[in-house]
Amino acid sequence: MMDILADISQHLAQGDHERVSQLTKKALEQHTSPEEILNKALIEGMNVVGTRYRNHEIFLPDVLLAAKAMYAGMDVLRPLFLKGGIPTSGKVVLGTVQGDLHDIGKNLVGIMLKGAGFEVIDLGSNVAPEKFIGVAKQEDAGVIGMSALLTTTMPVMGRVVELLKREGLTHRIKTIIGGAPVSEKFAAEIGADAYGYDSAHAIECIKELMNEV
Amino acid sequence: MENLLERLQKGDILVGDGAMGTILIERGLRPGEAPESLNLTRPEVAEEVSRLYLEAGAQIVQTNTFGGSPLKLSFYSLEDRTEEINRNAVLAARSAVDDRAYISASCGPSGRLLKPYGDTEPDDLYRSFRRQMRVLIDAGVDMVCVETMTDLTEATLAVKAAKDVSSSIPVAATMTFEATPRGFYTVMGVSVAEAAEGLECAGADIIGSNCGNGIENMIRIARELKEQTESLLMIQSNAGIPQFLGNRPVYPETPEFMAERAKELVSIGVSIIGGCCGTTPAHIREIRQAVDSVRQKSDN
Repeated sequence: MMDILADISQHLAQGDHERVSQLTKKALEQHTSPEEILNKALIEGMNVVGTRYRNHEIFLPDVLLAAKAMYAGMDVLRPLFLKGGIPTSGKVVLGTVQGDLHDIGKNLVGIMLKGAGFEVIDLGSNVAPEKFIGVAKQEDAGVIGMSALLTTTMPVMGRVVELLKREGLTHRIKTIIGGAPVSEKFAAEIGADAYGYDSAHAIECIKELMNEV
Repeated sequence: MENLLERLQKGDILVGDGAMGTILIERGLRPGEAPESLNLTRPEVAEEVSRLYLEAGAQIVQTNTFGGSPLKLSFYSLEDRTEEINRNAVLAARSAVDDRAYISASCGPSGRLLKPYGDTEPDDLYRSFRRQMRVLIDAGVDMVCVETMTDLTEATLAVKAAKDVSSSIPVAATMTFEATPRGFYTVMGVSVAEAAEGLECAGADIIGSNCGNGIENMIRIARELKEQTESLLMIQSNAGIPQFLGNRPVYPETPEFMAERAKELVSIGVSIIGGCCGTTPAHIREIRQAVDSVRQKSDN
């Protein structure tokens, strides 16, 4: 039984979405539970990909292909989780702050979060502070993740934190920021709850933040 | 003006210009607005930028067309105005420098990812670049600079598009590398050696690197490029990764710091030296003086 899960995981890491889809179906036929396939094959596979990316053994295109393979597996599983949806580790609202169209870093964090079993609401680029908060409230998300690559747009991150404080929401919605010009010091200055220096670190921080909400 | 490539092949070294975006923002470019949209509404702003760099000593100025390919402009629903946007940018640069500097047409990434890891067909990307190149080259630029590329396939499609419009237009192609424990790679996993080979094969006359993380890394990248290729080299470094003083971004590398190290780029054999993010007319002034000082020494 473990063999097929390891097999899925391996093909996922190689970015072979067709094989992942086939093997996921086969595993279900062999009566492996959807939860087990999700956790021990798909999430485990993305975990390996995340580690390899972090160690610079692979690059962005490999991660994108692996993510495609992960989604192919999840598409097979989704109908089986219909009642409660695919079980999640928590909800995260993600976006690149207003005026910023550099979203590769943010997309990567989104992929890794989904790979780690989180539900991700991606607001895309050029997101206004009010929108981050509006959606987080409406969806009851535990974490808002903001990315910026342009120095000129970083102050928007501070405004999101300010607005959360004003609405008294900082205990149930946590904030994490990232992006090339962003630093630990800047996060402390604006009062963000965490700073993710790369995508893998961001995922670790978000796991911790979810325990606080 | 003397043919740019012939001049560089004879061993001349030319100084490029510095950052465009920062000055555009100072002149009122709003968050969320395409920098190239100013070519429609206020072309005099890009003209002023070119004039500032010319006065500082730049011998090549870049057009405000980094995001001027229709695929990139479509993020702002401006793709239908590709021709106007690119033509106005060349006219603005020309009216600033006349024949006192070369005009380089800037062409940056499309913002799309190619198949299979993204959803864009190579042919769509090629046609997008070709449409932009057609306007830029017809409007009379002296060279094309495909820059800030991280995907080698995308970069080669842009180079080919320029050469297909005009086989005689000098084309430079520069990629952005990051320092990793395994060496320099673009975010898409392209090494310096792969970039050199791929860009050369695609027909680029000048190859190199731009943006990045400070001029000291650029010196290392230039050395690697020199080992890989006989092609002319171009380096346009940023002034390091910005740090924050309150809400104000400060780029760590001063004009003096960068100028001192520009001399090392000259000694490695780089033909075009300019700036990227965070560099100002003050940086270009110092770099020009530094380049001139080592150039004179070698002439004696």
